[in-house]
Amino acid sequence: MADIEESQAQREAVEIDRSKGDFKFEENYAFDAGIGLTASTIDYIVKVKGEEEWIREFRQKALKVFESLPMPTHWATEDLSNIKFEDIRYYLSKGQKAVRTWEEVPDDVKQTFERLGIPESERKFLAGVEAQFDSEAVYSRMKEELEELGVIFCGPTEGLRDHPEIFRKYFGKVIPMGDNKFSALNSAVFSGGSFIYIPKGVKVNQPLQAYFRINAENFGQFERTLIIADEGSEVTYMEGCTAPKFETATLHSAVVELVALKGAKIQYITVQNWSANVFNLVTKRGMAEEDAEVRWIDCNIGSRLTMKYPGVILRGKRARGEVLSIALANDGQHQDTGAKMIHAADDTTSNIIAKSISVGKGRSTYRGLVHIPKTLKNCRNNTECDALLINEHSRTDTYPAISVRGQKNSVQHEASVSKVSAEQIFYMMQRGLNEGEAMSLAVNGFVNDLVKEFPMEYSVELKRLIELQMEGSVG
Amino acid sequence: MNAVAPAGTGVLDAALQSAETARYRAHDWFAVLRQQGWHSFQSLPMPKLSHEKWRFSDTRTLSLADYAPAPEPTEAQAAALIARSQLIPDAAGLIVHIDGYCVLKPSLSPELAAQGVIFESLEDAIKHHPALLNEHLLKHPVGLGGDKFAALHRAWLRSGYVLHVPKGVEVKQPFVSVTWTLTDDVAVFPHALIISGEQTQAAVHDFHFSAKPDQRALAISVADIHAGKGSQVHRLAVQAWGSATQSFQIDNTCGGRDSLISSVNAAVGSRRSRLENAVRVEGEGADIRLYGISVASGEQEFDQRTLQIHAAGHAKSDLLFKNVLLGKARTIFSGLIKVEPDAQHTDAFQTNRNLLLSPDAEADSLPGLEIEANDVKCSHGATTGQIDPAELFYLQARGIPLATAQELLAQGFLEEVLAKVGHEEAVAIVREMLRQKFHQA
Repeated sequence: MADIEESQAQREAVEIDRSKGDFKFEENYAFDAGIGLTASTIDYIVKVKGEEEWIREFRQKALKVFESLPMPTHWATEDLSNIKFEDIRYYLSKGQKAVRTWEEVPDDVKQTFERLGIPESERKFLAGVEAQFDSEAVYSRMKEELEELGVIFCGPTEGLRDHPEIFRKYFGKVIPMGDNKFSALNSAVFSGGSFIYIPKGVKVNQPLQAYFRINAENFGQFERTLIIADEGSEVTYMEGCTAPKFETATLHSAVVELVALKGAKIQYITVQNWSANVFNLVTKRGMAEEDAEVRWIDCNIGSRLTMKYPGVILRGKRARGEVLSIALANDGQHQDTGAKMIHAADDTTSNIIAKSISVGKGRSTYRGLVHIPKTLKNCRNNTECDALLINEHSRTDTYPAISVRGQKNSVQHEASVSKVSAEQIFYMMQRGLNEGEAMSLAVNGFVNDLVKEFPMEYSVELKRLIELQMEGSVG
Repeated sequence: MNAVAPAGTGVLDAALQSAETARYRAHDWFAVLRQQGWHSFQSLPMPKLSHEKWRFSDTRTLSLADYAPAPEPTEAQAAALIARSQLIPDAAGLIVHIDGYCVLKPSLSPELAAQGVIFESLEDAIKHHPALLNEHLLKHPVGLGGDKFAALHRAWLRSGYVLHVPKGVEVKQPFVSVTWTLTDDVAVFPHALIISGEQTQAAVHDFHFSAKPDQRALAISVADIHAGKGSQVHRLAVQAWGSATQSFQIDNTCGGRDSLISSVNAAVGSRRSRLENAVRVEGEGADIRLYGISVASGEQEFDQRTLQIHAAGHAKSDLLFKNVLLGKARTIFSGLIKVEPDAQHTDAFQTNRNLLLSPDAEADSLPGLEIEANDVKCSHGATTGQIDPAELFYLQARGIPLATAQELLAQGFLEEVLAKVGHEEAVAIVREMLRQKFHQA
């Protein structure tokens, strides 16, 4: 009985918090491809977007691949079978092209952002905000100095249309359409997302940001991101999401490709806080050339089911890959996250640190892959995954796969599962904290060394989110 | 089904199987058990690489139809192999099988017999202890993917041994079973059934050998261990089949309240061998230790799958598997700790360490955790690497040649597990087998 009360208390806590992002405006979408997915849906998308013939072929081929691949339930959760592909809206847009000035943005969209709390002041210092409303980028602005540096920051449609010489070379190359069922789906119906090019030697010192929103029932969002950092350049990209709640499940299936050329550095930061009915099935992979570094910082708090394993293909000598991951699973949630490190050159190193917290009946899973083939030498990997279980019925799983050959390669993997120690809680309560506060503090302490890696405003938000999730988890 | 194998030959021959089953007409229940095995073997699909429990392990080259039961060995053959089976001088009993025929029945001391200890060939136990067998024989579910092979074992079940130590009896000396393959292309299905009653103590040493080093054979062994309340069971299983053998070993252990179980799986033989070792903690206070040790060389593939299920709380399990890889060898370690929802206060650990001594060797590691209780201490660790160059340098600086230094350090790496066997002669035998592997390679 205590469990039921407990979980109710939790849900209330969550709902109170979420109410801020929990709103929906009337939908009168100018462009709506209807429900379900067929070849004609794709023709429609191509027509509306005014895309070239090769993109139509790419999309159509991807649809066939999507249809031919089985649902990966032989290793993944059966919950995937609850996705009703025929009930999903695969494309809709406001009908606008990406616009430059704030004045051109429609009022109701502005209202949406108002409710989301993107402060005016933030826009001033953020280098460029690519705010995505549903599947089309409706607002994009970049500071002039970034443009002067030659940085391209646009959506996939504009990127492939205006800069094919830059983007076409890598588009769909890091993650081929047939990589998995959901990357094929994304390749068929992608719209929205960010295409970024950083020219040689340019170090972008402010993070580039994008906000993603879902605002239509049964509507899946299929954004496509491709970031190319040319030789010696550096960039940090931030992706954060909150989504309003709906009655029926929503599908979100993104593909994110990163290309770090010789000596380049890319840092990709995500805070995922979709509402608890969203299936978040994302494929993210980076490619690091000689001396390049790709770093994924990934935090998953929302969604019903997240399956996301950011990966790095270490293609050049001395390349470095890193994944730092935080997952928090509350009642009814399954955070199935992890990392993949594919070593493909000598002297490459990779590091994975994953921490998960399971609250109530939440389930968190770590799935990892480390691959070192036999032709390589001096490759190193370090993997640590720690899981914290808060309540009696919280659940955690760890499924790493490590495959090593070659000379002087070494890998180490460690995982541990624990609960918050009673002594810690007692100590804090003795000093006047109530049990919930003590628990929240202990949990924040558990993830603190990872949270520190986030940019300041994100780490503050993250700590607050964790506190809210922890409310009502004890007692 | 296997596409390359013509159906209806060797162990796939239904007429042959049912003719052998017909011999058990007097023991109806056993014939039924074999028949059930045959039916489930027919209905189960051949495992595929894409199946998570068979990840990295490819059975496509395995052709079951190539193997068949062999005729009984001659007396001279039996005598020679019995002589080679005298490994443990202080054995409480010794049983020897060749090609699935029991050629030496154990003789227990009158003292042990008086205490009610049963150590018999399966053949005899079927006649003498049907009730005991009905209760325990092949009662554990197969949890690690080898269902089809376990079903084939059941269908062809004939040889093996039964050890039952009744309540309160403590036996210090080990019970020893030596199982040989002699004829090329023989299929053997050795079975071990170990039942330890309340507050007992027993040690078992299982040796799997081939008469000649490059023996071709198919071996599907199953061992079921039922450890009663407060009992102690120590098992050593040595897999040293000939180098062209395809082997499967499916071990299932149930640990009752306050039981203490240790098992050491040592592997040196076979072309390809798969070990499935599942333990189930069923009572509070149980303490289960699983150890694995192997030296893989040439093109050998050792596939190790382990499962630690905690169905009861306040219990402990610890696992350590160490592999040394030479040549083009490959090892796969896949371990899972599963803590069920009510098994609070569980301590479960799992460690896999692989030492690669060749650039062509491959070590795959799949350590897993599934935890559904929150008040637990669980961890796993997996490492794969080379010998520390500083250690090599130290030895070389003292005049020890590189090859010897490598061997010494690799043996030192394995010594940690050998120390767990707890029986001097047995340790010496295993150590020597491991040492020989370095010299073959």
